[in-house]
Amino acid sequence: MTRTAALLGPLMLLLGLAYLLPFLGVLRWSVTLPEPGLGQYHAALTDPLVLSVFWRTLRICAVVTVVSVAAAYVVTLLWVRGSPLQRLLVELCILIPFWISVLTRAFGWLALLSNKGLLNSWLMSLGVLGQPLTLVRNEFGVIVGMVHFLIPFAAFPLATTFRGLDERVLMAARGMGASRARIFWQVMVPMTRAGVLGAALLVFVFALGFFVTPAILGGGRSVMAAELVYLRIFQSPDWGLGAAVSVILMVCVGALLALMMRQGRAGGVR
Amino acid sequence: MALSGKASEIEAKSITKTFGAFTALERVSLTVGRGEFLTLLGPSGSGKTTFLMVLSGFEAASSGSLWVDGQDVTGLPAEARGFGMVFQGYALFPHMTVADNIAFPLRVQKRSAADVARRVEEMVAMVGLDGHAHKRPSALSGGQQQRVALARALAYGPPVLLLDEPFSALDKNLRGQMQEEMKRLHRETGTTFVFVTHDQSEALALSTRVAIFDKGRLQQIAPPEEVYERPANRFVAEFLGDINILPVGGEDGRLSFEGQPLTCDGIAKTTNHIAVRPEYMGLHLTQPAKGNAIAARLTDLTYQGAETRMGLTTPGGTQLILRQPTGVLPEGLMPGSSVWLSWPETRAFAL
Repeated sequence: MTRTAALLGPLMLLLGLAYLLPFLGVLRWSVTLPEPGLGQYHAALTDPLVLSVFWRTLRICAVVTVVSVAAAYVVTLLWVRGSPLQRLLVELCILIPFWISVLTRAFGWLALLSNKGLLNSWLMSLGVLGQPLTLVRNEFGVIVGMVHFLIPFAAFPLATTFRGLDERVLMAARGMGASRARIFWQVMVPMTRAGVLGAALLVFVFALGFFVTPAILGGGRSVMAAELVYLRIFQSPDWGLGAAVSVILMVCVGALLALMMRQGRAGGVR
Repeated sequence: MALSGKASEIEAKSITKTFGAFTALERVSLTVGRGEFLTLLGPSGSGKTTFLMVLSGFEAASSGSLWVDGQDVTGLPAEARGFGMVFQGYALFPHMTVADNIAFPLRVQKRSAADVARRVEEMVAMVGLDGHAHKRPSALSGGQQQRVALARALAYGPPVLLLDEPFSALDKNLRGQMQEEMKRLHRETGTTFVFVTHDQSEALALSTRVAIFDKGRLQQIAPPEEVYERPANRFVAEFLGDINILPVGGEDGRLSFEGQPLTCDGIAKTTNHIAVRPEYMGLHLTQPAKGNAIAARLTDLTYQGAETRMGLTTPGGTQLILRQPTGVLPEGLMPGSSVWLSWPETRAFAL
């Protein structure tokens, strides 16, 4: 016990100094700036602008979660159960972007999707489009960028779930003459339900705090919660409100993490 | 019990299966008769499970062909063969109730809801799981899960039921019970059963015939009495239980062991070894007046309740095993005692 404590000590100290103390500072700002009280929380939860940012954040995160987990499900299925070539391709497609900075990837999407970007110029030169499609500086661009970033985070836990599947159960279903669609929907999906929920929770929590991708691909038009905090603190000096929004975000993330850990203990998420 | 009395005949012709450089099965040919209970027996790595997988269609044979009721099914995948299968570890659907597990193959066949419900009820009753139909597999004991697996595999009345070591996870008492259950199901359904096990007594107790595998080759296929009493080779003889093997020589047209002439019915005089199962040997303190008898010294005595097991050495150094009912043993027997062993002429065979 004491040995464990001694080994974990330095880490705890680092986390305390680097995260807990600053967060306590933010907590203090939220109830002291510009004057002591819960005024900033009241403002955050009534101000139509802040509320619209919260709603947009939730909406984008929900869509991103559903799309990333669904895409990751298919990708992971190929990754774990595909032919050797498929496995290699999927692994490259997951790992290479995973190693590239989030900033680089956001600019990459911008280059691809902007009005004068690759996709639009190509479609227009082919005559498919007369006017460029607006694919960035809106929610669509944000969602594309976030989904691309988050697929690996859903794929890793899902891969663990797929590897833990009892192959014989799937063989049994096949042996009884079940079609591939039936095996997928009635056996595979229900048996991996816990893994899907775990992956979804992880992606959602991660998505809530996204800053760089929405800032670049949203172009200031679809501001999400983290960007709002940035704007309140660095552009319109309103530290109290920025801090209150941070705390609210933190509480949401904390609650979701607690839910995830309870799920994990219940034996659901492996 | 209203079960379709369908039962198929399976013929395997020279089945070979290789995995890379490893040959798992080598030219295995055998026929499983209609309604037969055939056991595939062998040590692990002998190819018995691979052969079952080839029968099921989950593995394709590298060469050879497979025929069911005269139809070539070699290229047919598992889902098209329509066999029932019980997997090692049962492979039940963990997210479905017992009833839904059993209903699964029936729903695949798109039977009407009423038909499915009636059939599920019949199967639940047949395997003795009344009152458990609404439970998930995780709420059942190993033996009950086994029953669900059997019910699911038999639900649509398949012409062949394949079973891969279904009892390996059960304790000894439960095994006995399930063996009885299995015999009853075989009788009631009339289906052809092909059963894989590495347990000799299980194979002898259950089957109409036993196919013994070693190193990817079929060693012998015959009814239980025959493989036990008349094993085709030394591997089969030793795999099926304890056996005493006596090196013999032929002199003056008679076989003899360590200089002692023997009388053996129907054994060629050129044989080098004869074999006798330990339970057919009798123990005497003095040389019996007639019949085959050899002298030996007791080296080891193990009390096992109803039976006592003994290790012996002959003057020539041959090691022997003897099993006797504890109740008939002479008193005062102890390691070091000199004794005589006898056996009926008809119980020895050449190896």
